[in-house]
Amino acid sequence: MTDVVIIGCGVIGAAAAMELSRYRASVLILERENDVAVGTTKANSAVLHAGYDPKPGTLMARLNVRGNRLAMEYCEALDVPYKRCGSLVLAFSEKEVGTLRELLDRGVKNGVPGLEILTGDEARRREPELADTVLAALWAPTAGIVSPWEMCLAFAETAVKNGAELRLNTEVTGLEKTESGWRVRTNRGDVEARYVVNAAGVESDLVHDMAAHHAFDVKPSRGEYYLLDKAEGNRVGTVVFQCPSERGKGVLVSPTVHGNLIVGPNAEPSAREDISTTAQGLDFVRETAKLSVPGVDFSKSIRNFAGVRANTGHDDFVISVPAPHFVDLAGICSPGLTSAPAIGEYAAELLAGEGLSLEKKEDFVFTRKRIRFQELSPEARAELVAKDPAYGRVICRCETVTEGEIRASFDTPIPPVSVDGVKRRVNAGMGRCQGGFCGPRVVEILSEKLGVAPGEVVKDRAGMKILVNETKGGGENV
Amino acid sequence: MYDLIVVGGGPAGLAAACSAWDSGLRSILIVERDRELGGILNQCIHNGFGLTYFKEELTGPEYAHRFVELLSKTGVEVRTDTMVLEITGDLRIHMTGPETGYRVEEARSVILAMGCRERTRGAIGIPGYRPAGVFTAGAAQRYVNVEGWLPGKRVVILGSGDIGLIMARRMTLEGAKVLACVEVMPYSGGLTRNIVQCLEDYDIPLYLSHTVTDIRGRDRVEQVVVSEVDERRRPIPGTEMVFDCDTLLLSVGLIPENELTQSAGIRIDPRTKGPEVFENMETSLPGVFSCGNVTHVHDLVDFVTQESQRAGAAAAKYVLNGPAAGESIALRNGNGVSYTVPQRVRPENVEKVFNVFFRVNRIFGPSRIVVSAGERELCRFKRDRLAPGEMENITVPVKLLEGVAGEITVSVKEA
Ligand SMILES: Cc1cc2nc3c(=O)[nH]c(=O)nc-3n(C[C@H](O)[C@H](O)[C@H](O)COP(=O)(O)OP(=O)(O)OC[C@H]3O[C@@H](n4cnc5c(N)ncnc54)[C@H](O)[C@@H]3O)c2cc1C
Ligand SMILES: Cc1cc2nc3c(=O)[nH]c(=O)nc-3n(C[C@H](O)[C@H](O)[C@H](O)COP(=O)(O)OP(=O)(O)OC[C@H]3O[C@@H](n4cnc5c(N)ncnc54)[C@H](O)[C@@H]3O)c2cc1C
Repeated sequence: MTDVVIIGCGVIGAAAAMELSRYRASVLILERENDVAVGTTKANSAVLHAGYDPKPGTLMARLNVRGNRLAMEYCEALDVPYKRCGSLVLAFSEKEVGTLRELLDRGVKNGVPGLEILTGDEARRREPELADTVLAALWAPTAGIVSPWEMCLAFAETAVKNGAELRLNTEVTGLEKTESGWRVRTNRGDVEARYVVNAAGVESDLVHDMAAHHAFDVKPSRGEYYLLDKAEGNRVGTVVFQCPSERGKGVLVSPTVHGNLIVGPNAEPSAREDISTTAQGLDFVRETAKLSVPGVDFSKSIRNFAGVRANTGHDDFVISVPAPHFVDLAGICSPGLTSAPAIGEYAAELLAGEGLSLEKKEDFVFTRKRIRFQELSPEARAELVAKDPAYGRVICRCETVTEGEIRASFDTPIPPVSVDGVKRRVNAGMGRCQGGFCGPRVVEILSEKLGVAPGEVVKDRAGMKILVNETKGGGENV
Repeated sequence: MYDLIVVGGGPAGLAAACSAWDSGLRSILIVERDRELGGILNQCIHNGFGLTYFKEELTGPEYAHRFVELLSKTGVEVRTDTMVLEITGDLRIHMTGPETGYRVEEARSVILAMGCRERTRGAIGIPGYRPAGVFTAGAAQRYVNVEGWLPGKRVVILGSGDIGLIMARRMTLEGAKVLACVEVMPYSGGLTRNIVQCLEDYDIPLYLSHTVTDIRGRDRVEQVVVSEVDERRRPIPGTEMVFDCDTLLLSVGLIPENELTQSAGIRIDPRTKGPEVFENMETSLPGVFSCGNVTHVHDLVDFVTQESQRAGAAAAKYVLNGPAAGESIALRNGNGVSYTVPQRVRPENVEKVFNVFFRVNRIFGPSRIVVSAGERELCRFKRDRLAPGEMENITVPVKLLEGVAGEITVSVKEA
């Protein structure tokens, strides 16, 4: 019997698992896919929001502001790339200047430090590429950017290091109340648990319905993006938003922690699984972004992608205890990434309220480190290659990722099982050629490490096979 | 300290190193990140290389092998499995390899011969899902010809560049069904001989003025939607054709790999996306030369060889005799011309003639290529046909430049 089963290993499930792994309780995470961080967590704006957006008094307001601080603290401790680069919300009309004042007011009530309204010229002094039409801007120094999948991975790895168990390819199909808690039905057999945490992202309403009366619907809303080459990465140095509307936080232009420029998203109703991009959506993103930063050169695009928001139509996350021993961390729309560490803490509190005993472990491990060849000095590189020649062979040319780094990722608590899994762990294939050169080499290493034929290696999800069969020459050089 | 470090061991780097050796340099290093020399030729197992240079039809590996043989008769030092990571303005070359470790070498001269990479789906922004089964044609070529794996069975190819055309035939021979080759422009981007030998001979339809407007299938490509485009290359609603396929190959252009060039502060020509060069392939940084696909995208390796031999000889001259002298004249792109290589000529540094490579920006029937200085026509060359997919090459006697200052213009005049 497991103390706590967590359903879903996006950033929310991972944060809850990490928080609980501080205590003696046993934790089991069930994730439907073959890896962590493959849902909404891998496809969003990657911003650590300061916390002036949520309505004062909501759970979202509190968790966002606390999450912003904790996220940066945790990223520092767990070697996750992040940067506290600040954000600007732009106003293009007097009406929007009014919106800025409202946001400032909310931010102050929410406890966001350092907020300030700048004139257009002050904003342009900070960000010279801003449009001349910008009248004013709200400056939030505590906003930041992060690698969302690495944050999730770091949380999940930390949980596993501290004793949590992660079962991948395991889909929860039903929940049954038992005397001591829940019987969790999965495609791979039943699991008995005292407590269950629902962190199923855009499907969190479906999981809720397995345990309690129907209470909310997720109304999926898709956002599409451009990711631009590093040559565009310095176009702005802070996160540049437009004024929020009913449809979301608007189109942003922002640097990423990997040195690229991210532009998006739009917001359109979609199916839960629909992460496709559309010509109209991308046109809208381009046109709208140019209002903020006219100089963005979209010919430098290296990738488009889309993510799905778990909106519910409420102004708040759906975090509650709708059935005994069952906690919903549901409807975690934006700023869910930012709030994740605080949501994890709060989940532990709610479970304690249901009777879970929270007894701290003495030997909780809270460190994580990985080698990033690209960031080392020439001397450090020389030393590393001398010690392990695999660090001398560059596999991903665009991001300068070495064979040593790729091989090391297989020795982590949650090793990769796909080409994109390698990408999320060490950045190979993330650059301007999008894996064109390193793809075959990564397939080769995966095939060796997983002990399967190259034809069995998948791009990302199970089923995303890359190759269909051997050529007539059967591997010969014909 | 080396006299010359050549970055890249493809056909360009090999020819350049050989000719630098023949011109008298004795301390030369070639650095190649692959395990073997030969560059992209190693995966081009089809025939058709060397028709101009060797006057015979060779496969890519055969062509490369001829130069590897020549090289082995010289004392040129070769480091394979070693990648150059940075070139500084004072010619210190950072490189790393499992055998050689991380090293910084100094050089009196450098030849850039890094080739190019393929444009990707992200660069052209095809909407839809992002499943497995979307490959650049070159990556697919590598899987088939080097790794021995077929990446798909029912294939649509976007782009009619040479690599795409070659892969249409290759995949067909391997038992895949190639349903269509789709080209957004009203003409093909590849060599005419490839259109005939790779598409027509296998009854593969070529759709000009069409593009891919949607990719369907969440895990693996299931369908590709193709639409006709208008003159401004925008899809025309209502013209959609749906192809049931498991693979989309992209042959949508090559981009010279110039991140190292930029790190050295060398000037890049936005049209070629390669370094600006003088008549002897020298870049804006004295002592640094550039040749092959890193300078501009070539269709035929024979021209790569010629250009690279000039770069090798020039590097030797630079090290042995000192920097090239003289005022330079700029080459301007006139009517119909999208770029020229070189971009500048120093008449004092030319013995008799200099070559100009260029591409036209649309299809021309019978026409003349005209080189002029202001109103004055310096020389003209007749052509029956000119196409963007086929690089042009003219040889200009330097004595025609006497009395010319500032710039000359290369243009096309239809007869
Ligand atoms: C366009 C967009 C932009 C955003 N921008 C930001 C931002 O800049 N800053 C910010 O803070 N937030 C942002 N967000 C919000 C943030 O991305 C999400 O709040 C966060 O990623 C949600 O994480 P999650 O773990 O709840 O969901 P997910 O990452 O989707 O994880 C849910 C997991 O549950 C699994 N699962 C589902 N059902 C089952 C089942 N039955 N059994 C087993 N497993 C199951 C899924 O496979 C998935 O892995 C954005 C969101 C979007 C869509
Ligand atoms: C698919 C395809 C089909 C073709 N078909 C024909 C044909 O039928 N006939 C014909 O004549 N021509 C053909 N060509 C054209 C011809 O092959 C090319 O023009 C020629 O290979 C270019 O030579 P290169 O040396 O400039 O570049 P490449 O061959 O690309 O060589 C560049 C080399 O530099 C190395 N390198 C790059 N960066 C670094 C670094 N930082 N450190 C170390 N090494 C580095 C690379 O690994 C590579 O080996 C074809 C090309 C392709 C791609």
